[in-house]
Formats: sequence, structure tokens, C-alpha cells
Amino acid sequence: MISGGLDFGVTMGAFSIETSRFLQAVVEGIALAGIYTLIAIGFVIIYKSTQVLSFAQPALLIMGAYMASYVSITLGFGFWVGIAVAVVLSGAVGYLTERAVLRPMVGKPVFAVAILTIGLDIAIRVVVGDLIGVSSRAIGTPTSEGFGAPSLPWGSTPVRIGDAGGLGGVVIQPRVFAIVFTAVVAVGLLLIFFNRSRWGLAMRGSSFDQEVALAQGVNVGRVASLAWIIGGSLAGVAGVLAATSFTGLSQSSFLIALKALPVVVVGGLDSIGGAIAGALIIGFSESFTSSYQSQYFPWLGDNFSQVVPYLVMVIVLIFRPYGISGTKDVERI
Amino acid sequence: MRTTLLSEALPDAGWNGSGPLVEVDDIHLSFEGVKAIDGVSFEVSNHELFAIIGPNGAGKTSIFNCLSGVYRPQEGSIRFLGNSIISTKPWKIAAMGMARTFQNIELFPNMTVLDNLMLGRHSSLDYGFVSAMVRAGRAERSETQNRQIVEAIIQFLELEPVRKSYVAMLPYGIQKRVELGRALAMSPKLLLLDEPAAGMNTEETEDMARFIMDIKRELGIGMILVEHDMRVVMDLADTVLAMDFGKPITIGRPRDVQENEDVINAYLGRPHAVVETQPGGTA
Repeated sequence: MISGGLDFGVTMGAFSIETSRFLQAVVEGIALAGIYTLIAIGFVIIYKSTQVLSFAQPALLIMGAYMASYVSITLGFGFWVGIAVAVVLSGAVGYLTERAVLRPMVGKPVFAVAILTIGLDIAIRVVVGDLIGVSSRAIGTPTSEGFGAPSLPWGSTPVRIGDAGGLGGVVIQPRVFAIVFTAVVAVGLLLIFFNRSRWGLAMRGSSFDQEVALAQGVNVGRVASLAWIIGGSLAGVAGVLAATSFTGLSQSSFLIALKALPVVVVGGLDSIGGAIAGALIIGFSESFTSSYQSQYFPWLGDNFSQVVPYLVMVIVLIFRPYGISGTKDVERI
Repeated sequence: MRTTLLSEALPDAGWNGSGPLVEVDDIHLSFEGVKAIDGVSFEVSNHELFAIIGPNGAGKTSIFNCLSGVYRPQEGSIRFLGNSIISTKPWKIAAMGMARTFQNIELFPNMTVLDNLMLGRHSSLDYGFVSAMVRAGRAERSETQNRQIVEAIIQFLELEPVRKSYVAMLPYGIQKRVELGRALAMSPKLLLLDEPAAGMNTEETEDMARFIMDIKRELGIGMILVEHDMRVVMDLADTVLAMDFGKPITIGRPRDVQENEDVINAYLGRPHAVVETQPGGTA
């Protein structure tokens, strides 16, 4: 990591305070959107492949983050081992969830199955919350050595752009690069998977019509397992990235996954492109509210930005009940 | 003009075993009191084109659904390639080599013609995710080979101009052809055709009949055809089973079935006799 930060102030010219503030909101919005994208795509893949609305994503997310913290810091294996274990284990829990809990529910009403995933979510979160404990945990950084790692993750070496003597300038934390990189790579891999591989094609087929996919020799049960493995792993990765913030991993870290709901409602339940668009819309509305609301609408109080995703969801539901890119016959509950 | 015969493009299609391809023995299927199939038996041998006719609701499509494993008959047995498939999962039956087309086109409309046909190769594609991404070794060979097969089918069905088109954009007659192509891509040993000429004009019907005849001649696979267009049935079928209300009326050569009094009466809605005890076998 670059020490002391990069100062582009001379070559790029200094940003005014207002420009800096605007660009800072963009950066924060992109960071949020990256995490939301990962969670929402998992949600969409599970929904498209199995017609299950998975409200268990928050549990998978916080479990992945806890596993990463446990392996990386508590056991001292370091960040990379931690994240690998988190991805594998949250994928495995996704798989088990599908096999043990949801497979027997095939053919039951969408609503009943969705409620079941809420129960599962609460159960897993209670257990993981207990393991996390009352104080927040760190997840480690790529450069830390495990034991004795700094409690504030990802160090303090942000990239600074347009800095003019400490007044203006945009600060980009290293975690923002990690989030954007991970989201772009994950989306890219999934696109290759869905367009090129045999099982990706099979998943696209079964998402349209399972009976017809069966007639082509597609093992639809395996498609469902695969969808939950992908959905679980993505939630786990998102959990790790979310826990790299300054607040670390706490019992309430799962709250970020709840915002996947506004994201998929805004973007439409059945498209990956829609999920990305929804993630950007929700991410930006949140970051811009948090930057500007205290100045223009102070009477809305502190932390109003936390409410904005749900507000946007309500507005979109009123004007476009099927989301920005959703198809109209999608079930709603 | 076509450069490859289907038999060269699809070397693993067809069956080399002995004995009947399909043996259906006295199957009964009912849904909450409604008898959909009531004591039907027949055999289809390799190379045979077996047609099932009957008025709407006679149970023709139900027989297809029993064969492909979507419905499980309460009584009776079904053997495919010599193995009982009465409790085999639909995707396994498909992977064994039973391909079907549907009465109402059931393609994947959000995919291209090429991808629809590639999905038909699902059970034949043989590589994992990682090798698919790097396109290395086995995946490369498998992909190339499957691409060649799919291209040969596209050529056979004269679908070249639309190979990269999304299926939803294509006219009905072409979609029917794409569905036949997807079934062929499965390298079938038995092909189930559910009303391939339904809703088509004369020219499209003739094209479809020609394709079916070519498939029969070049691949020599067994086929079961459900069809209302009697000219198609009479021209193509080796054996015809006539049904009404889930029961067989008669089974035999096309001419004999066409002239059978009971069959004519069934189509006209007059009272008629049905076969109560099945001889068990094709005529």
C-alpha cells in the first residue's frame, strides 16, 4: 500500500470544497453500490433459479464475515485464508439451506417458503450474533499478519485526489478499491458462467421453465443447489467487504443486507443488470443524502440516509411496481 | 445444400440394442377421479414411427408425460431401452436419450437459437466451470464438437439465417423447427413429437413432414408422433394407435385404423367400442 497517500493536487488542480464534497459522495455511493450489488445478485440468482425469495441473505452475510474474522484474527491465519474460508463456508451453508430446508418445500406457496427463510435468517443470526459478542471485531487487512493486527482494518493510507492544503480533495479508502474490484470481478465471472458454461446455460433455461429444462436432461435440483451456493458465497464476500469499514464487524452488520431488498425491488427481481442498476441508485441516494441532508434538510434528523433506501423503494413501487427492468409476471408478496 | 448427413453429425443418436425401444404395458393414470389413461399398452421398435391419434382429451399428451417421467402412472409399467423408467426422474430419462417437443412451443425465448440448441446438448457437454472459463483442453474439444453438431442440425433444419436470433422474435413455424432442432441436439434414441404440425399452414406442414421423414431415414431413430393432421399421420406413420377417453380403440397400420368404424365414430362423437383387454404389442 502506498504510504502517506498520493497527492495529485499539483497535476490535477485542487478541487473546491463543494466539488470535493460532491465527488466524495460519489465515491461513498460507489462503495455502497458494490456491496449491494454482490448481495442483490445472489438474491436474484436464487430467485430466478428456484422462485424462492431468500430473506436468509443477511444471515449468510454476517456468518461469512464472522468466519473471516475468526479465521483471520482469532485463529491468526491472516486475511486471505479468512476470506477464502468465508466464501467456501457461506456457500456451503447456502447449499445446506437449500438441500435440508427448501428442497422439501418445493411446490409450496411462495409466501410460505419466503417466511421460512425469514425464520432461518433469525435463527442463524442469533447464533452468529452470540459468537460475535458485544464488541465489534476486526476482519484483518491484506497486509496484516494475523495476531496483533490493527483493530481498525485496512490501515490509514487512503488515496487523496485534488487535495489543496487539507481543505478540499477526495479521499478514497483502500477498501473502496477492494469493493469495486471484487464486485466487477464477481459480475464478470458470473456473466462468463451464464453465457459460456454448460451449467450456466442450464440455469438460464431452468429459470425460464423448469419442466422444459428437465426435458433437456437438466438436473433442476442441482441447478437449485448451485444457485444457493453462488448466493451464499456472494453474501459471504459482501459480509467481509462490509466489515472492512471503520466500524468493523458487529452484531448489527447484517443491516446492510436488508438494503438488498430495496435494491432488488428498485432494479427488478429477475435481472442481474437490474440488480446492478438498483444497487447504484440506492447507493448514491444513500451517500448523497448523508452528505447533503444535514445542510439542506437538517430537521430530518441524524442518520436519515439509513431510511432513504426504503423511501426510494416505496416511491419506485408506486410508479413502477415491477422495478426498473423487472418483467411483469414476477410474483410479489 | 446440406453437406453432412444427420447420422454423421449425430453419431450417438439412435439405439443399437435389441428388443423394443419402448414397452408400455397396461398403464393407468388418473387425477382425482378423472381417468386420463385407462389401460394402454403398446411397443415401439427401433426405426419405427408410431403415431397416437384421438380426439382432444383422449390422453395422448398424458402418455407423453408418462413416458418422459413428468407423470407417474398409478398402475402398469414403462420400459425404455430395456429398463423400467416408471420411477426415474425426468432429467435422467431425458439424459438416457428421450427427447420431446411440446404441443405449445416450449423454447427458452430469452435465448438465441444457438443457445437453445446448445442447451439440448446439456447431457452431452462434458466439462466443468473452470475449464469452460479458460477454454482449455477437454472443454475446448467438447465445445468445438458440440458446436459442430449444433451447426449441422441448424443446417439440416435450414435455420442458418436465424441462428443468432432470439427465439421470441421468430415466427411460429420457425419456432416449431427450432424446438425440433433442440430435441435433435439431444442425440435422441426416441423422439416424442407432440403435434409438430399444429397451427401451421400447408407449406409449413409439408416442410415439417419432410424434416420428420428425413430424420427417420437418416437417423433411423424411433419416434412417437401425436398429431391431428391426418394427412401427416397417414403419410408418415408405420403404426397408429387410436384412443378415446384414455382407452385404446384400435392399433394397426394407418389405412386399417383410418377405415375402422369405431375410430370414425370416436371423431364424430358417436358411441363406439374400445379395446378392453390389450393384446400387448404392435400390430
